Amino acid sequence: MADQNISFVRHDQIPPSPPPTSAAGPVKWARENLFSGPVNTIMTLLAIFIIYRLVAGAFPWFWNGVWDADSIRECRDILTAAGKSTGACFAVLVDRWDHLLFGFKYPATEYWRPTLAFVLLLFAAAPALFYKYVPRKFLLFTALYPFIAFWLVWGGSLWVPVVILVSIIATMFAFRAVEGLDVNMRRILAGIVGLASGLGLAYLLYQGATELWFISNSVGTGGAFAAISSYLFKAASIFMFVFFIPMGIFVGYAIYDDAEGGGLVTIVTSLFVLYALLAYVLGPLSSGLNSVIPLELQAVPSRDMGGYMLCMILGVVCVSLSIPLGILLALGRQSSMPLIKGVCVVFIEFIRGVPLITLLFVANVMLAYFMPPESNFDLILRVIIMITMFSSAYIAEVIRGGLAALPKGQYEAADSLGLNYTQATRLIILPQALKISIPGIVNVAVGLFKDTTLVSVISMFDIVGMIRGPIQQSTDWISIYWEVYLFAALVFFVVCYSISQYSQWLERELRTDHR
Amino acid sequence: MNQQAEMTVSDEVAIEISGMNKWYGSFHVLRDIDLTVFRGERIVICGPSGSGKSTLIRCINALEEHQKGSINVDGTLLSSDLKNIDKIRSEVGMCFQHFNLFPHLTILENCTLAPIWVRKTPKKEAEETAMHFLEKVKIPDQANKYPGQLSGGQQQRVAIARSLCMRPRIMLFDEPTSALDPEMIKEVLDTMIELAEEGMTMLCVTHEMGFARQVANRVIFMDAGQIVEQNEPEEFFNNPKSERTQLFLSQILGH
Repeated sequence: MADQNISFVRHDQIPPSPPPTSAAGPVKWARENLFSGPVNTIMTLLAIFIIYRLVAGAFPWFWNGVWDADSIRECRDILTAAGKSTGACFAVLVDRWDHLLFGFKYPATEYWRPTLAFVLLLFAAAPALFYKYVPRKFLLFTALYPFIAFWLVWGGSLWVPVVILVSIIATMFAFRAVEGLDVNMRRILAGIVGLASGLGLAYLLYQGATELWFISNSVGTGGAFAAISSYLFKAASIFMFVFFIPMGIFVGYAIYDDAEGGGLVTIVTSLFVLYALLAYVLGPLSSGLNSVIPLELQAVPSRDMGGYMLCMILGVVCVSLSIPLGILLALGRQSSMPLIKGVCVVFIEFIRGVPLITLLFVANVMLAYFMPPESNFDLILRVIIMITMFSSAYIAEVIRGGLAALPKGQYEAADSLGLNYTQATRLIILPQALKISIPGIVNVAVGLFKDTTLVSVISMFDIVGMIRGPIQQSTDWISIYWEVYLFAALVFFVVCYSISQYSQWLERELRTDHR
Repeated sequence: MNQQAEMTVSDEVAIEISGMNKWYGSFHVLRDIDLTVFRGERIVICGPSGSGKSTLIRCINALEEHQKGSINVDGTLLSSDLKNIDKIRSEVGMCFQHFNLFPHLTILENCTLAPIWVRKTPKKEAEETAMHFLEKVKIPDQANKYPGQLSGGQQQRVAIARSLCMRPRIMLFDEPTSALDPEMIKEVLDTMIELAEEGMTMLCVTHEMGFARQVANRVIFMDAGQIVEQNEPEEFFNNPKSERTQLFLSQILGH
């Protein structure tokens, strides 16, 4: 058959021909997606019209933008002289660039320091973010980075961050040492530490209670709001008065009782060591060292920080602190020890029930009441504590979701292999639970980063604070809105979008099923 | 069976359970369990669902806490002391119905994790041991895959290898073949038979009566939290004494 030469049978295969243009390529796509029916056609045309109007309205504004002017009036004059009815005044960004980035009080000669800190941040973050592709030893730089950045941004003596670093290392050694003690020694230590923390807690509660009583008196009872808050303060004070001794006994005994397991004793002892080092050794030692070998940068007080730098400081510090704290809270909430579980539940539920702004006001005003009068607790530190507490409560709940999603079999398998709690949690439970929680954690982190602009309401000059205050209220740039807010939106979008892209990449990276 | 003659049972006691009771709330799951397991014994535990078979073997490595009586594993008394529990768990291997492999680790990492962290074995040595046991369960070529990429039967064999890497002296199996397709059951059972032939002390909760006949030297029948009957497999299957056992066997072997 095959060798017969029949004239009406083709000898060659016809080369494949492209489908008609109406069935392929952009025309087909447009037909299927944009004009598939009368309703869709109308919607498409409407959308095209709206997009056209938006672009037609906004484009000249961008295109005519003036980049070189000293004030909004000069800017408008330039536009009128060029005969343009509309145009942006981007000159404000050029004119106030430094202020938008660093705030208006940061010394101009020192701008290189936060800039350097930011560049170093990229190097410090890389080993943690891309841990599979960057050698592990670079994590050492990540660990040192907070101290370098602190010195660069705040300046002052290099010896302060160095002594803090040494104190933290010493605390780790103390932790190891207590962990290695035999049970009898640990029991003695637990007795001492339990007594000290019981007494300390009772004393703190007593102080706090008297302080609350004092506040309730100073609030006064004029007006319903004042009366209610006064009574609330009184009630809280009485509550603390009633419980200061039982709580002290309870906590002290709990620490003593835990001597056998040893977790609580070890942690509390190391915290004591850290506190003692920071409170009594840090000051004299660093100033002593500084008088011998002075290594100083010009000190910049926290009040002078501002602009986008402040948002970055708050965002980066709070995110990186609140994730570990959130993990601890989530694990604590699952703990079988009632004390730890109770503390975690109360903390999480309380913080989640309070708006962030309230906490920021507390940081700004109220904390000063609770501190001894001579103490000068740094404002940024207070804000960092509040934002960290706030977001860690949310992160804890997100991670709790991840923990709950793990099958019970994972815990059992880890147990049955003889892994202890720490090992099972670190090697089996957390890697899986955190992987499940990535979208939620990123959600909180992005929200937190944007919430850093809320500090503008407690008169800190972050980028929004700068815009609302020193820029919009200056005679040069009075009533300028679009340009500056668009700029703020843009810088936040860049960071938040990068975070979101990173998290999606990480999720793909961690996928282990059906690869 | 002639195979059984090869598998010797010593008179050394491996597990001693006496007067053990357990409650879930007010529900009495295990009642007065007395059981002595000698080294090298292969015990199959069967019984209707809810009879407490799984709970019994989960008590042995303290995945479940018992409330009364004593459990002595390999000379270590099981108490609430965490150190004793960890010691017992590292001596007793366990395989679960749903394998419970760690999905975020490769097969090899699954097998080396516990030796490295619990036994403090050097990584290289742990990997060699793991490969040895993976060869034994006949899946060394899958070592760098993740559990999600393996079939159920392969996963269960990995789970057995993972337990063996800890060099346990006792193995517990909690319905190891119940979640598997019929054709995969055989590959898992073959692995377990091989293990039994090497003289491993095994307690196995299973409904595979063929396996019980071939491997076990003792079959235990449980019902309502009690050990109703225990005997050698021949006697147990051909000549069950209690009525409850007869009913169970007629149901399970009837079709």
